[in-house]
Amino acid sequence: MNIELLVKMANEISEFFASESPPARAAEDVAQHLRSFWEPRMRRQIIAHVRATGGAGLSELARHGIESLAAAEPEPV
Amino acid sequence: MFAIDYHDHGTPAPAAAGAPVTLEIDGQAISVPAGTSLMRAAALAGIAVPKLCATDTLNAFGSCRLCLVEIEGRKGYPASCTTLAEAGMKVHTQSQNLSRLRRGVIELYVSDHPLECATCAADGHCELQSMAAQVGVTESAYAPGAVHRPLEVDRSNPYFQFDPQLCIVCSRCVRACDDIQGTFALTVQGRGFDSKIVASQAQPFLQSECVSCGACVESCPTAALSEKSLTVGRPRTHAVTTTCAYCGVGCSLTAEVGGTSDAPQVVRMVPNRTGHANHGHACVKGRFAYGYAVHPDRQLKPLIRAHITDPWQEVSWEAAIAHAAREIRRIQARYGRDAVGGITSSRCTNEETFLVQKLVRAAFGTNNVDTCARVCHSPTGYGLKSTLGESAGTQAFTSVTEADVILVIGANPTDGHPVFASQMKRRLRQGAKLIVIDPRAIGLVRSPHIEADLHLQLRPGTNVAVLNALAHVIVTEGLTREPYVAERCEQPSYQRWKAFVSEARNAPEALAEVTGVAPELVRRAARLYATGGNGAIYYGLGVTEHSQGSTAVMALANLAMATGNLGREGVGVNPLRGQNNVQGSCDMGSFPHEFSGYRHVSDPQVRGLFEQAWGVSLDPEPGLRIPNMFEAALDGTFRGMYVQGEDFVQSDPDTHHVTSAMAAMECVIVQDLFLNETAKFAHVFLPGSSFLEKDGTFTNAERRISRIRRVMPPRAGYADWEVTMLLARALGYPMDYHHPSEIMDEIARLTPTFTAVSYEKLDRLGSIQWPCNEAAPEGTPTMHVGQFVRGKGRFFTTEYVPTSERVNGRFPLILTTGRILSQYNVGAQTRRTDNVVWHAEDVLEIHPHDAEARGIADGDWVGLTSRTGETVLRAQVSERIAPGVVYTTFHFPQTQANVVTTENSDWATNCPEYKVTAVQVVRITQAEAWRTRAAQERSAARPRDAAHA
Ligand code: SF4
Ligand code: SF4
Ligand code: SF4
Ligand code: FES
Repeated sequence: MNIELLVKMANEISEFFASESPPARAAEDVAQHLRSFWEPRMRRQIIAHVRATGGAGLSELARHGIESLAAAEPEPV
Repeated sequence: MFAIDYHDHGTPAPAAAGAPVTLEIDGQAISVPAGTSLMRAAALAGIAVPKLCATDTLNAFGSCRLCLVEIEGRKGYPASCTTLAEAGMKVHTQSQNLSRLRRGVIELYVSDHPLECATCAADGHCELQSMAAQVGVTESAYAPGAVHRPLEVDRSNPYFQFDPQLCIVCSRCVRACDDIQGTFALTVQGRGFDSKIVASQAQPFLQSECVSCGACVESCPTAALSEKSLTVGRPRTHAVTTTCAYCGVGCSLTAEVGGTSDAPQVVRMVPNRTGHANHGHACVKGRFAYGYAVHPDRQLKPLIRAHITDPWQEVSWEAAIAHAAREIRRIQARYGRDAVGGITSSRCTNEETFLVQKLVRAAFGTNNVDTCARVCHSPTGYGLKSTLGESAGTQAFTSVTEADVILVIGANPTDGHPVFASQMKRRLRQGAKLIVIDPRAIGLVRSPHIEADLHLQLRPGTNVAVLNALAHVIVTEGLTREPYVAERCEQPSYQRWKAFVSEARNAPEALAEVTGVAPELVRRAARLYATGGNGAIYYGLGVTEHSQGSTAVMALANLAMATGNLGREGVGVNPLRGQNNVQGSCDMGSFPHEFSGYRHVSDPQVRGLFEQAWGVSLDPEPGLRIPNMFEAALDGTFRGMYVQGEDFVQSDPDTHHVTSAMAAMECVIVQDLFLNETAKFAHVFLPGSSFLEKDGTFTNAERRISRIRRVMPPRAGYADWEVTMLLARALGYPMDYHHPSEIMDEIARLTPTFTAVSYEKLDRLGSIQWPCNEAAPEGTPTMHVGQFVRGKGRFFTTEYVPTSERVNGRFPLILTTGRILSQYNVGAQTRRTDNVVWHAEDVLEIHPHDAEARGIADGDWVGLTSRTGETVLRAQVSERIAPGVVYTTFHFPQTQANVVTTENSDWATNCPEYKVTAVQVVRITQAEAWRTRAAQERSAARPRDAAHA
């Protein structure tokens, strides 16, 4: 899928949790949102993007969230 | 004329029913609540007192003097419609004196009335005719005297006509227009013999302020105001109670049916006076615009083709279904199980929607199912579930009658939800205060006898900023209801929210530059909402269709919790749903991540329940949402879809993107009434059935489940739920329902909020508001009474994040979109009715300053351009819209308003940001040339799509 769009969406999700969640929990809240609402191929793609580019275009919180998501997901095939 | 199966009680039930009083009428003892009129009491006892100016949707007026009665121990002949029942009264409705008096009254009426009953539209149902028969008058004793003839019949309205010769000046129509509809279009002009009914300034109905709701026609006792469909002499044989298939108000309607038993025809549609959502009212859409069901454009034969560039080929149902099933399986075999999906429709019934998501999850084996609610109210589901614990509005419509302060944000009830708007306006006329938060001066801001106390005309895209500013004032001025919050809400979240909204950057003064709203207005609105008594919030797509849609819904819930405005009558947070079954389609498990009753697919217990019932294993992962499907289609990982009753090529934003995605699909199965815009990209077309052709239920914005009942057989042979079953069977997953009631039984077995719902109960009670289960066997009008569904209410901090869609030198104006009364959504139905006389095209509203700066005059053709596309429409110069903002609707495919809307969407749900697009507007002279060029450019794929094609 369009990775720029996924990056934009991930950033917008983290913008919400950045203010809503206590800092220690924010990354996990982002990860949980992605787990609940993003279809696996979208999750795989954004994880691959972080692995390949170190998270180009992503806010810090979004990247942390995706890393936390990746830690719990099986390696992409 | 009210419905043929209705028994009028003459006067309404008392608003606040008092203790019962027992009296005697014609020797019969009867108990009625105090406040009941003698006429109503008699009617309840089965005694019909003659009457003409009274009817039970209107307060008694006491003008015709036909309903006189005798009361033992009292002098004279009081009017039974205006005299209240008292304990111990002995009333007589028949006597020689009464007969003589009534004859006199009727003879006077009849003397000035053409006695051509046999050819009259109302023959057999005219109250004057039946009263005359009752009192034994056949022709006037006074004739021939002065008569009102000949007078011209006003046929200007496409649906009804006014024949002044038949008018008895009972003023029922005037009172209906004032009290029920709230438009005040009619008056009695002149006095005595010269008095007559006029619309507006004695104009033809069509040119007057009349909004064609039909309330006056329904209440007219004669054929003076009459549906044109009756004037052509089509007899009605029976009545069927059903539910309007247009908006989320979900009005109960009575279809009066004629024709033959083989080919029944709807002769007219009348509001159901016992309907729980509408109480005998309707609007121009539900009441009159049902003709699309028999429009010649209906596609009644299945069609297939190999490529979307090929011509369609007419085939049998068997061939079409077999082809569709083969294609789904072929695509899955080649590209994977998840390369297909389905879309359920908010225009279809609960049962049909439930079946489509079941088909996708169980037979396709994927969770790639979504619904058009994605693009309207998905943020409502997310926001209300997170804060309060349930994805639904909190009140019944009637709750508005207890509201003291009504806050309307991002909704336009008089156009979008007209029958509810009439209820709301009635409450406003009684003195409730009104706060409107909207970029546009919607109808409610100023209308007859109503003026908003405050109109916060914010810049599109700044809802969250305004709501934070309101919260700031409420918190910093100490207007929160601390005991309520302490008892009912999570404290840590409340404290965090309080600290957040108290920050100086959330003060109305600090945000004024962003929102464009004067700080003083925000402060007054906050104080009014927090301290004005029962505060009720009503909101619509102007809240949800933003990049921060879900945040704004949470901000509304925060406000209501902080001020104690939840959990009783008169308050609440109420989404006004767009399409009739938006609530239902969401309830039924149409979203890719949840089963019916809003339970996540990853929950093993819930999934286990469905796996056991459906006999398959189900995917624990969320599926693709509509916009994700388009992205995946451009990627090549999504190739087939089954679309029931949706037209997203017209309704979804960023049309170019959608059409590129659709063009990349290998098999699109469209099931619809018409070959719509989406069907242009389809490979299989399956004819749909209209709401008149099937049984089922719809759930309106107040969680009210109502029956639709079959009036005629499906024109193409199958109801929509049957077509889904055919497809399931062809896919090797047979479903075996004989009637939609069996589908509802399954829904009830699998959904905790529906366990006590059944067709038998719906028939018995008329309608049911879910949750309806063991704890609430007759349903739940008000939610969150005593405690919130989630236990403790949860506050969320709602940081305002401006949308990335900003004005700039190239696109200096903000476009926002909406709808109008006479048309509905993408217009597929209403455009195929006479409703086009009110609105034959979409127009662009533009402020006089912006128009002048561009040399644009009212009615000019203008080009509307955004970064995603361009289109052409006519300008309407209007002060309803603020400078810097333009506004249009998307009812007509020619306009293609969504060509210019963007891919931006709500952060939580991907609900598109329809309400904010940066645009430029220019005056053009060659509309056609512009259109052609725009179309050509459109067909060349844009970079964003090309990169993924
Ligand atoms: S038009 Fe009908 S309702 Fe109106 S005053 Fe005449 S008879 Fe009565
Ligand atoms: S149709 Fe409705 S708005 Fe028009 S005059 Fe009758 S009651 Fe009033
Ligand atoms: S208000 Fe809505 S539900 Fe009622 S008649 Fe009009 S369109 Fe139908
Ligand atoms: S019906 Fe009572 S006065 Fe007309």
